[in-house]
Amino acid sequence: MFGAGGGTSSYEEIETTDVVLMWGSNAREAHPIFFHHVLQGIRNGASVYCIDPRRSATAKFADMWLGLNVGTDIALANGMGRHIIEQGLANRSFVDHATSGFDTYAASVEPWTLERTAEVTGLAPYAVAEVAEAYATAATAQLCWTLGITEHHTGAANVMALCNLALLTGHVGRYGSGLVPVRGQNNVQGGGDMGALPNKLPGFQDVADPNVRARFEAVWGGSIPADEGMHLSLMFEAMEAGELTTVWAIGENPADSEADINHARKLLSGLDLLVVQDIFLTRTAELADVVLPAAAGWAETEGTVTNSERRVQRCDRALDPPGEARDDLSIINLIAEAMAPGWGNPSPVAVWDELRSLSPAHAGMSWDRLSEHGGLQWPCPSLDHPGTPFLHGWLWADDLEGRAPAPFTHNVWEPPVDEINDEFPLMLTTGRVLDSYNTGVQSDGYASPIRSGETLDLSPIDAELLGVENGTAVEVASRRSAIDMVVRIQPDLPAGVAFTTYHFASTTDVNQLTVDTWDKQSGTAEFKATAVRVTRKLSQSAPVKAHG
Amino acid sequence: MVELALSEAEPSAAERRAIDDVVLVRSMGLLAEGSTGPAVEFDGDRIAIGGRSRIAERRHLVLPALHAVRDAVGWISPGAMNGISTELQVPAAEIYGVATFYELFALEDPGATSVAHVCDDTACRLAGGVELAARLQDSGVVAHPSPCLGLCDHAPGVFIQRQGGQHISVRNATAAAVTEAATNPGSVADEPHDLAALVVQQHPSLPLLERVSAGGADNLHRYRQLGGYNALGAAVTMGAAAVRAAVRQAGLTGRGGAAFPTAVKWDAVAAEPGPRHLVVNADESEPGTFKDRVLMEHDPFAVVEAMTIGGFSLGAEQGWIYIRGEYPEATRALRSAIAEARSVGLLGADVGGHGFTFDIELRSGAGAYICGEETALLNSIEGYRGEPRNKPPFPTTHGLFGQPTVINNVETIVNVNHIVNQGATSFAAMGAGSSTGSKLFCASGHVHQPGVVEAVYGTTLAEVLELAGGVVGNLRAVLLGGAAGSFVGADQLHQPLTIEAGRAGGFSIGSGVVMALNDTTNFPGFVSRIAEFFRDESCGQCVPCRVGTVRQSEVLHRIGAKPQTSTVERSLLNDIAMAMADASICGLGHTASGAILSALDLGLIGDTP
Repeated sequence: MFGAGGGTSSYEEIETTDVVLMWGSNAREAHPIFFHHVLQGIRNGASVYCIDPRRSATAKFADMWLGLNVGTDIALANGMGRHIIEQGLANRSFVDHATSGFDTYAASVEPWTLERTAEVTGLAPYAVAEVAEAYATAATAQLCWTLGITEHHTGAANVMALCNLALLTGHVGRYGSGLVPVRGQNNVQGGGDMGALPNKLPGFQDVADPNVRARFEAVWGGSIPADEGMHLSLMFEAMEAGELTTVWAIGENPADSEADINHARKLLSGLDLLVVQDIFLTRTAELADVVLPAAAGWAETEGTVTNSERRVQRCDRALDPPGEARDDLSIINLIAEAMAPGWGNPSPVAVWDELRSLSPAHAGMSWDRLSEHGGLQWPCPSLDHPGTPFLHGWLWADDLEGRAPAPFTHNVWEPPVDEINDEFPLMLTTGRVLDSYNTGVQSDGYASPIRSGETLDLSPIDAELLGVENGTAVEVASRRSAIDMVVRIQPDLPAGVAFTTYHFASTTDVNQLTVDTWDKQSGTAEFKATAVRVTRKLSQSAPVKAHG
Repeated sequence: MVELALSEAEPSAAERRAIDDVVLVRSMGLLAEGSTGPAVEFDGDRIAIGGRSRIAERRHLVLPALHAVRDAVGWISPGAMNGISTELQVPAAEIYGVATFYELFALEDPGATSVAHVCDDTACRLAGGVELAARLQDSGVVAHPSPCLGLCDHAPGVFIQRQGGQHISVRNATAAAVTEAATNPGSVADEPHDLAALVVQQHPSLPLLERVSAGGADNLHRYRQLGGYNALGAAVTMGAAAVRAAVRQAGLTGRGGAAFPTAVKWDAVAAEPGPRHLVVNADESEPGTFKDRVLMEHDPFAVVEAMTIGGFSLGAEQGWIYIRGEYPEATRALRSAIAEARSVGLLGADVGGHGFTFDIELRSGAGAYICGEETALLNSIEGYRGEPRNKPPFPTTHGLFGQPTVINNVETIVNVNHIVNQGATSFAAMGAGSSTGSKLFCASGHVHQPGVVEAVYGTTLAEVLELAGGVVGNLRAVLLGGAAGSFVGADQLHQPLTIEAGRAGGFSIGSGVVMALNDTTNFPGFVSRIAEFFRDESCGQCVPCRVGTVRQSEVLHRIGAKPQTSTVERSLLNDIAMAMADASICGLGHTASGAILSALDLGLIGDTP
């Protein structure tokens, strides 16, 4: 955001901040390490507001939970913005100094009265007002979000709508206040930082910028295409169009994780060549022509990881990988050597030093310094630089350090693509639980005392309307497909919302149901909003009481 | 904190009502503001109001909720614990931890509407408490042996918990009287305000028992007639700082056992930023001690008035009385006094028109000696297990709810009325040396007239025994200061009872226990019971005490079984005593060996020295 692809704050800031907005994030279960820092903040007196269609485990820690309708985040953000302006709680001196486009923004949110916001979001006007006022009047505030914001067809606009609130109140660019997209793995941030994005070179440098390309080309000794590559959603479209025929998947399991999964599997199966490099034989690997057994990233590989607070940390190799497995860098080196003899086998340190020579944000992070400091936060431009705990301090500098003011954006609320109607009356949203991870590749191999398997969670009201109990077998149908599931009645769900995880794809193929509409800006699919119909299966034994 | 892992047990309708009454209808005192209702409240199925501060504000309701459930249904069921857990958003495991901490909360259905707790400790042991408990059990009454119930002047004493909450004590108990009280819920076995049964001895013109001697004051009118509430007016005229100065000048020291200078606490707390608390420790549980009970039962307004002066002088708006659960009559007397004072504006906002705010919340303990330790008491009020805290920080800076807190014993704070009324100089002139004022002694055991004796510091042990009617039989020893005190021999009766003389002579007046023991006493049994008392009452938090009190009790049983004490056993006791004194967190461990070692030294048990 504002030209940098990372959370603006350090973990320690959330431990001392006054207000925490957890928006579309069940960090308690999905980001338990990050949530430890939130808990410390709560202990130190922070007020927590949780905005989520479900009263999630995170929401149970909140001073107020606001169970908005699925996919109405922009409506809520715009309504909060309007209320903050109307109440005179906008940080006008900051807005005047560091932002542009305020008047257009103010005009764009003007229709979002508390009443209209409440009508669209399903919340009460006072609750919208309270969260807006709490955020605006806090001395410091952290706005955190995850997939509940991004996994919508308006995902990027959702993020921008939240950024507007930070600009409006001055809750960015200073210690204690910030915007925090929490990352789901220890190295999601690092993957993007290292250039695993279709439009960026390592260090978040724009591939379209000829100066950037020239620097990389000088070191890499080849020419770099100026046009953007494809993100995953585009890749599937290209597969469908027959334009993409070869895929090398490294540590990704799209045959389980994609929306409208039957379609995705068909496309993967139809490739000329599918190479999968993974530590497990995943569903995708089962479809592959070639499987390259990889070493685990942790303990079997030497390298770095970068967490949500942009802290680059070294991870050292402690074990030899089993069997024929090799670490990812060695595999890539071998293939590169086969393609272009003379490539050699550059070491992790050599690769890192090259990265440092090309990415100004990482230039000061020598291999030894990373150890010495227990990791460093980018940007860290020189060897005497201590790293950067929070980003965008320039917003508060007298001259904005010569940069252009941060622009407000105009974000239009659109309802989810999958509409609720009489035929598909429930909104199914997906998420994760504490003891399982994504498609289960890394977690299904372990027993957990609190894993209850896949269930379709329904509110008590909907369960009664449907005449189902805990353990009732049901068919869940969306406009795309239908699967069998077992009901669990979950008092933490409001009426009209159903929930399930996608951890157990081998037994419950939830992504057969989801819509493959994706956000044109971010490439992320709308996993969070699927209209479904639930019907009781006719032939079934007596209901079994589900655990928990 | 808020992810509650509950079993499937749910509270019954009666349990739910009891919990709701506590959670929804806390209308007493200042606490009601902002802290009523369950910790999480829903507005439809889209909005929930909760959070850490709401949970923290309600945590102190754990103990009242447990009491309410126990009083309603007679025990604490798993469903009731889940109900409390849900309403207060405190994990069920923590509710269980608190419930199991206290003797008066049964976690199994007792199968009867009344449960008799029969004192077989110290004085009641001399009066047949052990045999009474056995007889009652044989006759089908649900009866448990109990540590000291503070009824030593009416031994043997019995405390009866009744379903419905109208608990009573039975004094000078017989099996017939206890059976009647246990089986007939309407019966009143003893009338505590019947002064015919109460022995009060004073040197002339001593202040503490003046109203008690005159028949007590169970209502405000009577209290005023007997000079009540003169002190509050005088204190307000003096001003807060002047009252504190007077307490300092009077040399008032703590009467609960530790004899700590009261003014030091008061000045420290007054200098801290608010909010401040004044807590009165009425958890009178030291075996042999019953003086505070007599004051509270017969002169409850004196406690209320003294606390009000304390609140004014400290700038504390919230007062607390933590009274042991085995004192039903004193509890009712104080509740009634607090309610009446509040009803006429002597508690609450603008006390008596004097322009300051003060109110009192009364909290009942539930059977745990350790809660008399001041930081354990604070934890108990806050809704945690009554385990002592490490000090520092001290309560004067980090007390109740982490705020500056003065904790005074009942007798200590009541003295403040008299310091204000008679003046610090006159107060300081009473007593001997730095032991100023008068002291309540709890005379019991082998004396002709067990009861509370008020005497100035410096009065000799012989004189106190004489005021209690003299010793029955041939005096062998006196237990001074309770189980946490020590035995002194019959040759020490000349000792003046002052703090200084105690320090010099190796004894402690403590809470004022003077228990006479003649040569008919079964000392091995008596001393073993003291060891068992500490074994049972150790909270278990710190190892030296948890293990040491058990080991000590085992040694005492071995000594009881054979007359000779080997040097090995004696050195083991010495080692245990040293470890507990050095390494325990609180006074329980520090004092758990004193009486036992003194009994050995005096030859009351083991070898004759």
